[in-house]
Amino acid sequence: MADMVNITIDGKSIQAEKGKNLMQVAKENGIFIPSLCYYEHIEPPLGTCRVCTCKMNGKYNPACTEKVSEGLVVEVNTPELVDTRKALVEMMFAEGNHICPACEKSGNCDLQHMGYELGVSSTRFPHLFKDRIVDFEPSRMVMEHNRCIKCLRCVVDVKTDDGKKVFTYQNRGNETYVGIDYDQEAKLTEEQAINAMKICPTGAIIVRGASLAAPFGDRKFDMESVQKDYNKKKQTHRNRPPVMGKKIVATVSLAGCFGCHMSLLDIDTDLLDVLELVSFDKSPLTDFKEFTSRCHIGIIEGGVCNSENVETLRKFREHCDVLVALGECSVWGGLPSMRNSIPLSECLEEAYLNSATSEQGASIIPYHEDLPKILDRVYACNEIVKIDYYIPGCPPDANHIWKAVKNILWGEEYSILYSEFKYD
Amino acid sequence: MVGNWDVFTNNKSVTMPDDREKTLNEPIQTQMLDQLWELQRNNGCINDDDIKQLAHRFNLSDIEVEGVVSFYHFFHRKPTGKYTIYLNNSIVADLKGFNRIKETFERETGATFGSVDRTGTFGLFLTPCIGLSDQEPSALINFYPFTNLNAIKVKDIIHSLRNGATPASLCDAPADNIRYTPPGDKSIFFKKFTDGAAIANAAKLGRDGIIEELKKTELAGRGGAYFPTWKKWKAAKDQPAVPKYVVCNADEGEPGTFKDRVLLNTQAKSLIEGIMVCGYTIGAEYGIIYLRGEYHWLQPKLEEAINEYRKSGLLGTDCGNIKGFNFDIRIQMGAGSYVCGEETALLESLEGKRGEPRTKWFFPVEKGYLQKPTVINNVETFCAAARIIEMGADAYMQMGIPGSPGTKLISVSGDCKLPGIYEIEWGMTVAELLELCEADDPYYIQVSGPSGECISIKEKYRRISMLDLLARKDIRCGGSFMIFNKQRDLVKVLLNFSEFFKSESCGICTPCRAGNFIIQRKLERLDNGLANEKDLEELKSWGTIMKNTSRCGLGKTATTSLIFSMEKFHDYFHSKLDKDFNGLNLKFDMENATEEYEKYKI
Repeated sequence: MADMVNITIDGKSIQAEKGKNLMQVAKENGIFIPSLCYYEHIEPPLGTCRVCTCKMNGKYNPACTEKVSEGLVVEVNTPELVDTRKALVEMMFAEGNHICPACEKSGNCDLQHMGYELGVSSTRFPHLFKDRIVDFEPSRMVMEHNRCIKCLRCVVDVKTDDGKKVFTYQNRGNETYVGIDYDQEAKLTEEQAINAMKICPTGAIIVRGASLAAPFGDRKFDMESVQKDYNKKKQTHRNRPPVMGKKIVATVSLAGCFGCHMSLLDIDTDLLDVLELVSFDKSPLTDFKEFTSRCHIGIIEGGVCNSENVETLRKFREHCDVLVALGECSVWGGLPSMRNSIPLSECLEEAYLNSATSEQGASIIPYHEDLPKILDRVYACNEIVKIDYYIPGCPPDANHIWKAVKNILWGEEYSILYSEFKYD
Repeated sequence: MVGNWDVFTNNKSVTMPDDREKTLNEPIQTQMLDQLWELQRNNGCINDDDIKQLAHRFNLSDIEVEGVVSFYHFFHRKPTGKYTIYLNNSIVADLKGFNRIKETFERETGATFGSVDRTGTFGLFLTPCIGLSDQEPSALINFYPFTNLNAIKVKDIIHSLRNGATPASLCDAPADNIRYTPPGDKSIFFKKFTDGAAIANAAKLGRDGIIEELKKTELAGRGGAYFPTWKKWKAAKDQPAVPKYVVCNADEGEPGTFKDRVLLNTQAKSLIEGIMVCGYTIGAEYGIIYLRGEYHWLQPKLEEAINEYRKSGLLGTDCGNIKGFNFDIRIQMGAGSYVCGEETALLESLEGKRGEPRTKWFFPVEKGYLQKPTVINNVETFCAAARIIEMGADAYMQMGIPGSPGTKLISVSGDCKLPGIYEIEWGMTVAELLELCEADDPYYIQVSGPSGECISIKEKYRRISMLDLLARKDIRCGGSFMIFNKQRDLVKVLLNFSEFFKSESCGICTPCRAGNFIIQRKLERLDNGLANEKDLEELKSWGTIMKNTSRCGLGKTATTSLIFSMEKFHDYFHSKLDKDFNGLNLKFDMENATEEYEKYKI
């Protein structure tokens, strides 16, 4: 029998085997410590993502590199630590180019899962939109560098039968990426290759032909939270006095696809309530071109890609008490922001001059004083005006939208179910 | 001329690979950096065939070798020209006319920075601080130092190189600029050192006696972390595993710091003995000096001193006639990476890998170099240890103040008349130091480099000592003072620091890799007048998150000066904000955002 030590995690006394990894101890005792790089059988632990940062005897340290010792006092869920861990996950979303709706791993992705568990509805950081390549060279795999969070799992764990590494970090600083050795990759067995894809916490390593899509509900992280008290945590209390009388709502779609408006209609029978309780001012639903009155709430779909979007958004800010960013594009740029890592001229020339469908000898890129001016990149709404609430999703779940709107207008308490909080 | 250049250029100084494996029990991959240096120096780059050969030789996959090459600033995959010029772009160089020198180099060579001219003669590259902040602007040409550059000098240098002169014949011998030592011949570091003096005393004191002496003098890590040296040595001594190693951290990369350069140039012998004393104490037989690539020009002299010690029997078997004490030292050249100054990153680099800091799963005294007990100390710490053993703890403690005895070397640069090295007694105030160096209207001072603390002139009566653990009252100085006058723009200084950290981060942990990038974006916003109050709050809060969660000292300290300066120069930061901000509409630079599209106006 190994030596046992007494430790405390958030005030709870726990006996554990001396020298055991704290992550393991916490898990065995039903305490959830978010993490991304930690992988049980990799030792020494990687300690790269830092998401499991807790306080050990008053000092900040990641739980995954902590061996339990007698008298260790661990703080996990203080408001500050919860926020810090959330920030680290947000940082990964801001650093990479994570477009969940277009990703094979969506629903089975550890990064996305952590976003759900921690309730990341928007990132506090500016998205960096660094230009990264997708490497199609390897014979069996595709390396999607946009999605890599540099956790080091594949670097340490994936080796050929003769013990050679397949993946290694290249460059350094913000230029760091995980390089793949084409020769060694070709030597991996099918099983080893699939294992590499599985060990990747995001969709950075894709094995051709092996990433079959599963319908919503059948994917790993769709339905159930690992936290028993998830719904309690995600509960929102009355946070503003209810508005008296009939409520006035305005909506708009900027650089979006109207998909979020469609989702809005998916609230089904509740639509009947909506019509009794609110009236729509400027909105594609009414086709009002200008505001006719001050509105209680403005719902914005889509990001900001041209000068007209900027003006419209500013008008919404002036005429609405509360602005809600609805959907991924509005929250951080979403799909249209795929162009953000590419120079504008390249995009326009590809679209109007060099594409397969453009006419022979096409030489004109539209420019007219009546046309809105295209911005250098797609901006998130909160880069232009203050946004009060964010509802993620592509499109957001109808229940989620309706609950949030009811809360804002009538102050109704609500809790978002884990299965309603999604990025795709 | 400095030192013996032939040794340097012919690369004979590197211990022959095969020897090393036999004598030092070091696995073959530890030769990686030496091999890469040889290729880089001989061919100007490391090409695909080289990568394949090295991978074969070290039994690695190609990508692993590429990973190592791409980590280090001085290794290139494309040719870097017959003359490879690295111009320092640190903030002090910036104050001293960096931009003009940069333009002159580009004009004279026909190359632009980051590339090689069409004839393949000159390659121009920027590099962070090369340890010559007291003689900026400065550059390295084929790793030979060129200091106090001005437009005419640059013109002459390029002209002479074109006409066949060698960088070795043209280079400068950087001055030591030792400006101040305690009056009355009381210098600790720079007084005459007799070969073998420290090691002879060490034998008399015995292993425990040495640790006692160090404990008495409270010597603490002079790299800036101030970990008690005796504790480190004792912990290594108590480890049962063998062999043990002593590693000297001569990777002085903190911009504005050059004290180790001067010690290496003038005090090689006390350094060697410091390492030996440590080896004797902990029971190690090998010492390695990890010398930063920027200090290539110091290598011959250091090598010479080591050879002299070998000849006189002070290094080798039964060193200094101590029976059974066998000790030898070799030099490992770094290759341009600031993070390798972090002790565990340095160990990785010594092992021939990418210089990524390890986790704190093990401490180096438990499992360090090659997973064996290892003591790593800074150059100044070893020199001080040698002096303490040489002169005795009691004599050493005559200097300084109670609780912080001895002297400290400080590299002073920036807006002052007398930049250089100041050996001050602990306890001196900032004001006294500023007066000694004839500072020119000082307004704020960056202490201990970009990762250190930023202090305002209002705090000039603070003492410099190691008393205060949290450095709230006294200032704990890692070794540099960069002085800025009131004309300097603080946000520009901080932008320079953030660019430095962004590119020197090793990239292994999220907060440092992404955080430094994000902080830079935010600072640019501030610099462009688009920021508001909330941005300042966010800068502070994000900086704190990086500090609390980063893997090593680089990320933990990258935002220290930013956070400090926001507290201390509150009014200045507020003058930079968007004054019309109504809390709803953020300032947005429409002109800038549509500039690219306007090109298509017909």
